[in-house]
Amino acid sequence: MTDAAREKIPVTVLTGYLGAGKTTLLNRILSEPHGRRYAVIVNEFGEIGIDGDLVVGADEEVFEMNNGCICCTVRGDLIRIIEGLMKRKGKFDAIIVETTGLADPAPVAQTFFVDEDVRNVARLDAVVTIADAKWLAQRLRDAPEAKNQIAFADVIVLNKTDLVSAGELREVEARIRAINPYARLHRAQRCDVAIAEVLERRAFDLDRILDIEPEFLVVDDHDHDHGDPHHAHGLKHYHDEDMQSIGARLEGDVDPDKFMPWINRLTQERGPNILRCKGIVAFKDDPKRFVFQGVHMMLDGEPQRDWRPEEKRESKVVFIGRDLDEDEIREGFLACAA
Amino acid sequence: MTEPTSSLTQHVRPLPAGAPVVGAAFLAGEPALALADGVVLIGENGAQRRVAAHPEGAILVARSDGGKLVTGGDDGRVVSIGADGSLRDIADEKGRWIDALAMRGGAFAWAAGRRASARDEAGAIRSFEAPTTVRGLCFLPKGYRLALAHYNGVSLWFPNAAAAPSLLEWKGSHLDATVSPDGRFLVTSMQENALHGWRLADARNMRMTGYPGKTRSLSWSHDGHWLATSGADACVVWPFKDKDGPMGKAPRECGVRAARVTQAAFHPRALVVAIGYSDGLALLCRLADGAEILARAPGEGAISALCWDAQGARLLFGLETGAAGLLTLPA
Repeated sequence: MTDAAREKIPVTVLTGYLGAGKTTLLNRILSEPHGRRYAVIVNEFGEIGIDGDLVVGADEEVFEMNNGCICCTVRGDLIRIIEGLMKRKGKFDAIIVETTGLADPAPVAQTFFVDEDVRNVARLDAVVTIADAKWLAQRLRDAPEAKNQIAFADVIVLNKTDLVSAGELREVEARIRAINPYARLHRAQRCDVAIAEVLERRAFDLDRILDIEPEFLVVDDHDHDHGDPHHAHGLKHYHDEDMQSIGARLEGDVDPDKFMPWINRLTQERGPNILRCKGIVAFKDDPKRFVFQGVHMMLDGEPQRDWRPEEKRESKVVFIGRDLDEDEIREGFLACAA
Repeated sequence: MTEPTSSLTQHVRPLPAGAPVVGAAFLAGEPALALADGVVLIGENGAQRRVAAHPEGAILVARSDGGKLVTGGDDGRVVSIGADGSLRDIADEKGRWIDALAMRGGAFAWAAGRRASARDEAGAIRSFEAPTTVRGLCFLPKGYRLALAHYNGVSLWFPNAAAAPSLLEWKGSHLDATVSPDGRFLVTSMQENALHGWRLADARNMRMTGYPGKTRSLSWSHDGHWLATSGADACVVWPFKDKDGPMGKAPRECGVRAARVTQAAFHPRALVVAIGYSDGLALLCRLADGAEILARAPGEGAISALCWDAQGARLLFGLETGAAGLLTLPA
């Protein structure tokens, strides 16, 4: 992490379908004695508000950027509010953006890729999605917004687990994993997840893209043990009809002259369907790891630390999106071998 | 790319502000700084008065006509401050942020979210709900009429007329709005690192592109023939003398340096532009030959406010870190 990154204000995006428990979690974050001061950008102004915290009402104005990029939408109000909040720099440590239940997280994330002024002062920390254990499975069937929010998440809080049976819980977790096996998943009742698991995750920090293994079997069970230590092995495998995650791996080196045009073309052509992507790449004759991440057509990549002597020079890419052609992506990536 | 060799820095008196400077003005000849912590500082160093214009709040925007300073805060208030430090409440939008302001004579206009409001000299307030958030507004030189910049264009609104405002459309997010002193041209800065202009007589579009960053400071020359702008590693000055404005003409580039221009302010009587940069340097540049004179050496963050006094004898500048200074030109 550079000094500049350390100084930038972290921004957590809190998303989740209507009634999943966003406001409950927000109230917990604001009322717990953690010594951090938050500026909170909410949609329904006045609903919450704790002394010592800044609460700002937002209009959630999603604008299409007039730059020829069809899926490049940003939150205009967020650019304006972050500019204004910087007048109070030093009065808060982090920003939380609560989106409406039906919101697509992409415009919020893209705001941090597109707007230079925002990038200079703030950094996207993580997209946290609150899901209702009882109703999520149904929402995934009837609400594309809910599926987007799961697919986009870095952290998923599966709330209200006390309202479902152990079997139903396994079922809904398998549904989540079918869409997004890479997010951290936490079970919760009344949003009782540890705050540290939700805030300041650095999920968008290129330095932190250390490992992008899926979490198929790693279910965080802290204080909700259902008495079956092996339940995770009972996870069913689902395939979501239209939202997939595709991971590809390449042993040995990658040719940057093949890889860069490929990733640029893929995200340009398939960008509208690619919600998130990230990867670690070993370029031929390069001692440094190249890491990248993206949201739709937006890509952000840089050479990072050196490969360690004991580390296997292995390249991995992950794409989460809708109606992705797995063979096209996998073969395209493998063809970038040096 | 050389730094100016001649310097006026020995004629600058520091004016420590202690909080980020949002706006600078001269109120009846007295330097005044609007600060992010809600305070307006009036007077020279040693004889400064602190006026708590927005207690518990932050000043988001400030405008001045040389007689009074009007500020908009994140407390929802619009306040007019006189040279004597007297405060007058203009509006209270109950906690909604005021981040766009305009004034002319005794009239004021402000925006809170999508709603723009205008208050005439008699104190009557009229409001208009724009299609999206109003990011910038300005009075047109003729009549009681306002330009409101928002997403996908600008609305021209007569607050006292029942008719719906006319819309000048251009796709994209429009930020600040300014009208040439002769009222012929309207120019907005845009989210897409460009300016957009309209010739008001026939709504003809003008695109001014090529900026590496957003333009947030726009200043007309005293004769109205030039528009100085921030957002590049030089102050880009567009020609507006001809009937087609800058169409088909290249802009002048003043003060080319390896730092982003953050503020531009034309001298009130001469074709000299004061330029402030992201590294804290400020200089004066003569449009005719590009000659430069240093006004402030770099350091302490970006220049965030620049203002000439009415005679053009003094230049007030403020920085985002709370430094400020007053340059008095040698006679």
